[in-house]
Amino acid sequence: MAQHIVTSFDEDLEHLDRLIRDMGDLAAAMTKAATRALLHADNALAQRVVSNDVVMDARQTELDKSAVTLIAKRQPMAQDLRAVVGAIRMAADLERIGDLAKNIAKRVGAVGKSATPHSLTHSIDTMAGMVLDQVQAVVRHYVERQPNALVELRDRDEKIDVHYTAVFRELLTYMMEDPRNITACTHLLFCAKNLERIGDHVTNIAENAYYVLTGSQLPVQRPKLDETQMTVDS
Amino acid sequence: MNMLAEAAVEDAINRDSARTETVKMQASGVNVFYGEKQALFDVDLAVRKNQVTALIGPSGCGKSTFLRCLNRMNDTIDICRVTGSITLDGEDIYDPKIDVVELRARVGMVFQKPNPFPKSIYENVAYGPRIHGLASSRSELDAIIETSLQKAGLWNEVKDRLNEPGTGLSGGQQQRLCIARAIAVSPEVILMDEPCSALDPIATARVEELIDELRENYTIVIVTHSMQQAARVSQRTAMFHLGRLVEEGPTGKMFTNPEDKRTQDYVTGRFG
Repeated sequence: MAQHIVTSFDEDLEHLDRLIRDMGDLAAAMTKAATRALLHADNALAQRVVSNDVVMDARQTELDKSAVTLIAKRQPMAQDLRAVVGAIRMAADLERIGDLAKNIAKRVGAVGKSATPHSLTHSIDTMAGMVLDQVQAVVRHYVERQPNALVELRDRDEKIDVHYTAVFRELLTYMMEDPRNITACTHLLFCAKNLERIGDHVTNIAENAYYVLTGSQLPVQRPKLDETQMTVDS
Repeated sequence: MNMLAEAAVEDAINRDSARTETVKMQASGVNVFYGEKQALFDVDLAVRKNQVTALIGPSGCGKSTFLRCLNRMNDTIDICRVTGSITLDGEDIYDPKIDVVELRARVGMVFQKPNPFPKSIYENVAYGPRIHGLASSRSELDAIIETSLQKAGLWNEVKDRLNEPGTGLSGGQQQRLCIARAIAVSPEVILMDEPCSALDPIATARVEELIDELRENYTIVIVTHSMQQAARVSQRTAMFHLGRLVEEGPTGKMFTNPEDKRTQDYVTGRFG
């Protein structure tokens, strides 16, 4: 991409990109730390995630402010306009990812150490790994301008959904086995749901990033497969 | 929605698109030479009826040259030669049988700098209808003056001082006076060559609002250096570069997702 005649315009756009990258890194770090804290009952780490959310919010505020100023000052067109609008949207999704990670972290104390059976820990761990990969990859593909990789990434969200359904069933089994597990398992269920929601926000980011890079919208997402809904109904 | 309502909606859509898709002026294979130097290369462009078509591009790209071909203003330059064809309602405007004065009444023009005649406000607007013999009596002429000034959104500001010189008005008012002068002869097409570049934002907004209203009755082609203005006032945008038409399309697309790299670079301010 050629540079703007006004170099400070490039700097403004780069600043937005840098903020998105920072927020992406922070979202990934928070997701990672929150699951780690959950699986190892590490309250101190959980506390750090909670305080990181303040940083995340501040970054989003800064990005919003920069984007609005840029629009007022430069009246961006074409790919620049898409980049600014896209940045605002992506920042909102990244901020939500931060909130969800914080929510997981807040449950660490309630779940405690004893209640988590090893196989379940493993199961959530796997799911968290998948989600974390997605969070890290989405911002990377955007920064490296790889629209096709974003399409593949969006499609991978389905795997997370399937995994979430599996975790859901597993938790149900534990609760039925021993009602004393119900409190902990419910918290874990929320955590799993939060991870699944993080996946959804990554999907949104991928769609926005794709639009910024190509100018066309991705075809509407496949109909969502929510098997947990069916399990509850039946 | 019932079947009847659906059919009505579809009908309305069809009518609307038929109305907007009518080609008012069509340029085909237009080349323009100033002496040895070729200024336009093989331009094909359709100007749609009751739409505003914006011509954009860097200075010297040929957009004003093209605009001036549409009412044969280039005829006034001796060394200028135009080839190819331009039609108005299917009729070739470069046909030797065409009366150029009459053509310019049908295709009016508003220039970059407001250029009222050094006469009264009244006389500025009356000039065209008079030479074209559009009014048979004083009262008819008065009526034309009033409607023209009203359509140009200037009537309320000048109705009590029609005999004062047009040059005494503010820049924005002068430009609207020139628009009133252009529409006094009931043109079908109005060409505007950067009509707002000498105006402040408020006067610009007035003229833009006016353009939007004029579109009801006229077909407008506007040359503008302001990308935002093109985005605001036009339905279609044509991008010129080095004498060639690079890209033409719906304005919304041209400013959010243009196809051509040169358009992208120009609208985003990346032209080196």
